[in-house]
Amino acid sequence: MTAPDSSASRPGRRQLLRAGSLGAGALGVGAASIGLDRTLGGRGAAAAPPSAASALHGGEAVPFHGEHQAGIETPAPAAATFVGLDLREEVDREGVLRMLRLLTDDAARLTRGEPPLADTEPEMATDPAALTVTVGFGRGLMERAERAAPSWLDPLPAFGIDELQDEFTGGDLMLQVAAEDPVTVSHALRMLLKDARAFTRVRWVQPGFRRSPGIVAPGATMRNLFGQLDGSANPEAGTPHFSHVVWIEEGPFAGGTSMVIRRIRMDLDGWDEVDRTAREQSVGTRLDDGAPLSGGTETSAADFEQVSANGFPVIGEFSHMRRARGVDDGEHQEIFRRPYNYDLAPPPGGGALSESGQIFVSFQADLLGQFLPIQQRLDTLDLLNQWTTPIGSAVFAIPPGCAEDEHIGESVLR
Amino acid sequence: MFRTTPPNPASALPALTGARLPRRAALAALLLPLAACAAEPTQDSGAGADADADGVAADDGALTIADAWVKAAEEHMTSAFGILRNDTDTDLVLSGARTDASAQVELHETASDGSGGMSMQEKEGGFPLPAGEELVLEPGGNHLMLIDLAAPLLPGDEAELILEFADGTELPFTATVKDFAGAQEHYEPEGSMGSGASDGGGEHATGHGDDE
Repeated sequence: MTAPDSSASRPGRRQLLRAGSLGAGALGVGAASIGLDRTLGGRGAAAAPPSAASALHGGEAVPFHGEHQAGIETPAPAAATFVGLDLREEVDREGVLRMLRLLTDDAARLTRGEPPLADTEPEMATDPAALTVTVGFGRGLMERAERAAPSWLDPLPAFGIDELQDEFTGGDLMLQVAAEDPVTVSHALRMLLKDARAFTRVRWVQPGFRRSPGIVAPGATMRNLFGQLDGSANPEAGTPHFSHVVWIEEGPFAGGTSMVIRRIRMDLDGWDEVDRTAREQSVGTRLDDGAPLSGGTETSAADFEQVSANGFPVIGEFSHMRRARGVDDGEHQEIFRRPYNYDLAPPPGGGALSESGQIFVSFQADLLGQFLPIQQRLDTLDLLNQWTTPIGSAVFAIPPGCAEDEHIGESVLR
Repeated sequence: MFRTTPPNPASALPALTGARLPRRAALAALLLPLAACAAEPTQDSGAGADADADGVAADDGALTIADAWVKAAEEHMTSAFGILRNDTDTDLVLSGARTDASAQVELHETASDGSGGMSMQEKEGGFPLPAGEELVLEPGGNHLMLIDLAAPLLPGDEAELILEFADGTELPFTATVKDFAGAQEHYEPEGSMGSGASDGGGEHATGHGDDE
């Protein structure tokens, strides 16, 4: 066979759909304008009807390629579906690599607003809506690919508070597919899963949601279904501090991170019985603005020494924030949380109004040194545990981002 | 004569670990990006056959194929698709194709069979590709039919093909192998007595039906 011209190997980024027009609008908006679009869409809505241009978010695109995978430091969009996949028994190293090449090509196209190859619904791919596709590896995938897994890549130790269900736990491969629009997420995920199907079986699927675009200021802390501002202590994206907390610095996974995903059932019916003061004390922050009970604003440093008139700490020793921060243990660890809410139909036959909770997602450079001590403290004592129950748990190694001529995870599977 | 058998769950196992594409294709697959591959003809030298940095010919007189892919198949036959564009100033006719992946490649068109279904047949005389126009090869429409596969075409593999034009121009290209449920058009090869086949060589290369 004649050797193909070298150009045959290069990606045809600009070759869009056959007419070259369906994807062009989305590309035109591009990554450069993402911040601007969000700013425009965020505030004007209440005062006056937004212009058509500022109201539309479909064209927003987040670059897929880069030093880090998108979907971690990039703003958390409104809709995300997390999927845990198990490799089929017969898939070997070569199969893993073939799968990752397919998923990479799909993700690169979808995030640009282009249909992947063989997309049977190409019109559903043209509004990327800030779509990101983030891929994580479990120990099973690393072993199948015949490469050493990071030593920390194991299930978390069993915690006393856990009531884990197999259907939300573990997995060889994780896909986080997120966008400002659930329809975009649905189509992107289906295209990815169609290519993963020959290699994997779906183990679990967890759809989640945050505020819709244009509802609150970009970057505002999410409110969870308990009504709490959730994530106030997060490191700020784009700062050296964020990099220090999140990105692995050395080794094959440099530029990657560790991901913990835990499904936390929240007992909204039980929470209904709790008055506002007790709710605030359980966490140690004010419900309205997220400020520490010691005063200030959401971003103020908490004063853990402050005591009330009768001598008790204002931010109680049992409070979630105090425990998470390690105040009384002389420790301090940080993680980056990027959670999503879930709110589903209740189990049939019971009296519950809903099956609700949080898909807790955290990223940290050092799973054992950062995440684990926090979780161990919260397992030991955290008033919030009374209304929350972990029912799923998984840990994944997030490989660094890839260049345009690489597939996801290429540097760690080489 | 081209009847396709349903995928055999058991056959999926050796397929993944055993026989492969020609070694070169497998190696190339490790090195090449999977994105749309735009290829240039081997003969159509001169006037701006260069591709730009993306490997995609701009308005510079090139003959290209983009978004090329092949439906994964274990054996027998399958089909290949892509978007051909003739930006040369010469009218061309796609007259054939060849690949190491199969014994034979035919050019097929798909038409209504008059009873609500679609059937495909070999395109006599090839596909015209006038200057400045494009030819879309897609499921349910015109396509390349790979007959008598040399080895399973597995999802994520890359297949090397060469398009042949009536004037002698050749266009080598790389196509990504994709798991695909469609492209089930009924095939009536000449001389067969109704023993048609879908052009997928079975449903999916590694079988979806092996869960239960």
